[in-house]
Amino acid sequence: MTDAALTPAAPARGAIALPRGLIFVAPAVLLMLAIYILPIVVLTGFSITDYRLGALRWEFVGLQNFRAAFQDPVFVRALANTALYAVLVIPTGVFLALGIALLVQGRRHSRALWETAYFLPVTATLVAMATVWQFLLHPTLGPVNAAITWAGFDPVSFLGNPALLIPTLALIGIWQVLGFNMVLFLAGLTAIPNDLLDAARMDGARSPIDRFLTVTWPMLGPTTMFVIVTTSISAFKVFETVAVLTKGRSGSETLLYALYLEGFEYSNTGYAAALTLIFLAIVLVLSIGQTLRMDRRVHY
Amino acid sequence: MSQQSIDLRGVSKSFGATRVLEDIDLSVKEGEFLSLVGMSGCGKSTLLRIIAGLEAPDRGSVFIGAADVTARDPSDRNLAMVFQSYALYPHMSVRQNIATPLRMRILTLPARLPLLGRLLAPTAVLAQIDTDVSKAAETLQITHLLDRKPGQLSGGQRQRVALARALVRQPAAFLMDEPLSNLDAKLRAHMRDELAALHRRLGATFIYVTHDQTEAMTMSDRIALMIDGRIEQLGTPDDLYQRPATLAVARFIGSPTINLLPAEADGEGRVTIAGQSTSILARPGPLTVGIRPEDLETGDEGLAAEVLRVETHGPDRFLTCALPTDRSTVTLRQGASARPARGDMLKLRIPPERAHLFGSDGQRVPARITGRVAA
Repeated sequence: MTDAALTPAAPARGAIALPRGLIFVAPAVLLMLAIYILPIVVLTGFSITDYRLGALRWEFVGLQNFRAAFQDPVFVRALANTALYAVLVIPTGVFLALGIALLVQGRRHSRALWETAYFLPVTATLVAMATVWQFLLHPTLGPVNAAITWAGFDPVSFLGNPALLIPTLALIGIWQVLGFNMVLFLAGLTAIPNDLLDAARMDGARSPIDRFLTVTWPMLGPTTMFVIVTTSISAFKVFETVAVLTKGRSGSETLLYALYLEGFEYSNTGYAAALTLIFLAIVLVLSIGQTLRMDRRVHY
Repeated sequence: MSQQSIDLRGVSKSFGATRVLEDIDLSVKEGEFLSLVGMSGCGKSTLLRIIAGLEAPDRGSVFIGAADVTARDPSDRNLAMVFQSYALYPHMSVRQNIATPLRMRILTLPARLPLLGRLLAPTAVLAQIDTDVSKAAETLQITHLLDRKPGQLSGGQRQRVALARALVRQPAAFLMDEPLSNLDAKLRAHMRDELAALHRRLGATFIYVTHDQTEAMTMSDRIALMIDGRIEQLGTPDDLYQRPATLAVARFIGSPTINLLPAEADGEGRVTIAGQSTSILARPGPLTVGIRPEDLETGDEGLAAEVLRVETHGPDRFLTCALPTDRSTVTLRQGASARPARGDMLKLRIPPERAHLFGSDGQRVPARITGRVAA
């Protein structure tokens, strides 16, 4: 076909392409709207009212709910608890998983066994598993305390001592994310070309630490970034273990649990909506921050 | 000093039940360019990795100079290796890539750490590393690329960076594992020249693995042709081409491949090739005769053959001819002035002194030409 033959046809094709294109993107756009955008708009609407679930009238209160949140001792405590939880879970959950992945990768015959063992918690229902942990950590019946007393120490009341509540929940949180993170790291490790490790050995990287620092760690950059972001998000979303094990007693509320209480136990829908927005903002800022900061360093 | 001899004594290696190398003895002289050639799976790469120390032999020893290095870590052998994939560190700039072998050897682990290192590493040492890196970059003409990342380089440029990284610390020898096979044909020919020039300039020991006979023939001082985990023949490129020790070597070296014809030596040793009697004498028994395409002559008498195909290669023409006797084909190499056509009938003559005779065991059989001693 010549150019002359093409030219008159071009606008017609463009005119057809637009509606056709819209039809193609419609399912995704509609789903996005229905599942993400509309709920956030509705949520934002609720957050500036004093609406209570089931109430017939409500009033516009402006930013009152947000001001109240930061003066609410429960919410501030929940914020602090979640921060502590995240500080415990994120580094441990990421670097322990990396360590385990490195060890598991070195296994030839038992690799599948270890992978399964560490991955099992990911497949288990956390609510059910929380009950198991409750038994394990029980001051008198639990095997953990049996071991502690056998070793000659006083039994520890993991779920009774208020100071230990968040660290105990963090421990369970780490156990929960470890397997998934390990699998991600294993995938990242498999993708590292053997030639690079060989080249490092030829270049004089004699110890495994040298090879790790020269090749493995830099090459795992993209994986590490992904693992840190997903672990952070799941750390900020901690809920099941709190709901089953502590129910927020002794000041052990976390962000999600606090807003669950406000929204569904106390029916303060407007206030809960404001808390949800704050939670969303925190997670969003953290994820964007991490991604922007690390993205520049890990992609070559 | 980049000149050390390398000796392999009785090296064997198996992976599981598969024998990859069988009792290899090989001496590479100081400053020699030696190629390990063979089809994929012949064990040449494994042999190179054993020399490098990346793989441990099941039996046998590796010597560099006078020192037995069999038990030494690769980092202690002072060898440099260029990989087929180049294996450049993608997160480092070209400068850092080239500096890595120096930093690894000269600086302690804490001094190599990103921030702390700047305080701990002696300035004079860092300056020396910088100078060495610049010199290596100049040698390979990549100074303008020093601040780029490998991801921003073309294949040929990466190749040069890999070479610069290898030669920056003057290793005992250079090991190269198919370094040119990821380049396109034109660049490959160019890099062949450069590698050969580099070898001459450095005077270093090169051990070069390739499956490409052209690379091996054009660059090497000597070639070790490997088949099924053994060295089938070790010699100069001319040796391998002019005097192949076995049928397998004759088949592997040369393009187009050597012509093979059934032959027989009678009770008195007179050799008949495809029914034609010749003036060649050899030990009695069945034989295979190899004759290079450029050695076949056409004339008024000899083997009758019909031209099946004519391939024009500029200076040469390759004729594929069918022998009516047993329906096998032979290839004939002629100058461009020859004007044969498809369907022409030719008479082929085998010059006795250019015929290679092999016994039924595949080994070369000594031959004489009536009246004088031949190859």
